[in-house]
Amino acid sequence: MANAQPAQRIVTARSAGLVGCAECGRVHPRSVEVCSVCGTLLSSRDTFSLQKVWAWLAAGMIAYIPANVYPMLRTSTLGHMSESTIVGGAIELVEYGSFGVAFIVFFASVVIPISKFIAIAYLAYRVQKGKRGHARHLHLYEVVEFIGRWSMIDVFVVAILSALVQLNFVATINPGIAAVSFALSVAFTMISANSFDPRLIWDTREGKPA
Amino acid sequence: MDDSLANMIACPKCDALHRIPEVETGAQARCARCDTVLMAPQEGAMTRIVMLSATGLILMVGAVFFPFLELTTHGLGRKSSVFDAILAFSSGLMLPLSFAVAALIVVLPITRMIALIYVFAPMALGWAPAHNARSAFRMAEAIRPWAMAEIFIIGVAVALVKVAGLATVTLGPAFWAFVLLVIVTALKDSFMCRVTVWQTLNQRSA
Repeated sequence: MANAQPAQRIVTARSAGLVGCAECGRVHPRSVEVCSVCGTLLSSRDTFSLQKVWAWLAAGMIAYIPANVYPMLRTSTLGHMSESTIVGGAIELVEYGSFGVAFIVFFASVVIPISKFIAIAYLAYRVQKGKRGHARHLHLYEVVEFIGRWSMIDVFVVAILSALVQLNFVATINPGIAAVSFALSVAFTMISANSFDPRLIWDTREGKPA
Repeated sequence: MDDSLANMIACPKCDALHRIPEVETGAQARCARCDTVLMAPQEGAMTRIVMLSATGLILMVGAVFFPFLELTTHGLGRKSSVFDAILAFSSGLMLPLSFAVAALIVVLPITRMIALIYVFAPMALGWAPAHNARSAFRMAEAIRPWAMAEIFIIGVAVALVKVAGLATVTLGPAFWAFVLLVIVTALKDSFMCRVTVWQTLNQRSA
């Protein structure tokens, strides 16, 4: 494995008076505004990054509340009507004995979203306080970025069930309004994570000039 | 432009400056500070990406229009396609969700595959990159987290377990097309290193 040679101690593009492209890594003088390689707008750090992160995160958390309160699925079997929420659906699966699937559903729609809220807030808080980060914070960020989309599972499950189970009187499944708020919550937190500029993790407060 | 800058690379994740090293085909160069993969050239990567994207497009056509799952119980049967799953939210207030689901599992994956073919096909043939190759590749990268075909497949598995007690479910041809699609997408993405692609695009169009 050929490691890229660090120029002695780690020097960042910013401290060298340069600006690095966040898309393709090309280095430019500070005065350049658009990357000549990939055409991305250049900025040494995304100045509004934290504002965007907090705003989208708040939106995501707010949307997550109705997603848990209102029903996700409305099932009617032989004239009997029942509604289930996200957590209710997982508990139902446990009652059927499908522990593995219950675990997937619970993990994707409860554990992942909540740990995402906490992780994003933690990273943004650290940057705001000017605490110097380490590689492990970047890894945390990458995990959040990678895993966030998997929360969408429950929305797809509802879509598939509603399309498939339309057997008139015998059994019908219809989506509940929580599906919409849950999808929104996942989308908002994904945007929140994407707005975070990971390069901020390494900046210290005193090293924040220009 | 100052030539010495062209020999440098700033890590997109942590801004650490590096001199661009010689990286052999099949090897990787990682950032010294945050361990992000900076360069990973691979043998014939472009040809493979084009082939896999084309395969993905063909599979997608099958996946959307063939029956996906078939449900039978008490003599009643219902076949549904991916298209029906998209339309599941089409009533009233939830209509926007129908559009979103359509975008996430069909439209965005297709857009991404077409964009990748547009970017890589001319280069795989040794021609100069297409006119808008840069914007096309930038778009393909921006779409990446929103293309959720593989998540949909896991969703199907969960849905199957939920209705298993209720009725007999048969998997249709489209289900297998979708499974293949997921594998093809994963393979394709494993051949692609963003920074390497940009460097090649830059060299070829210079």
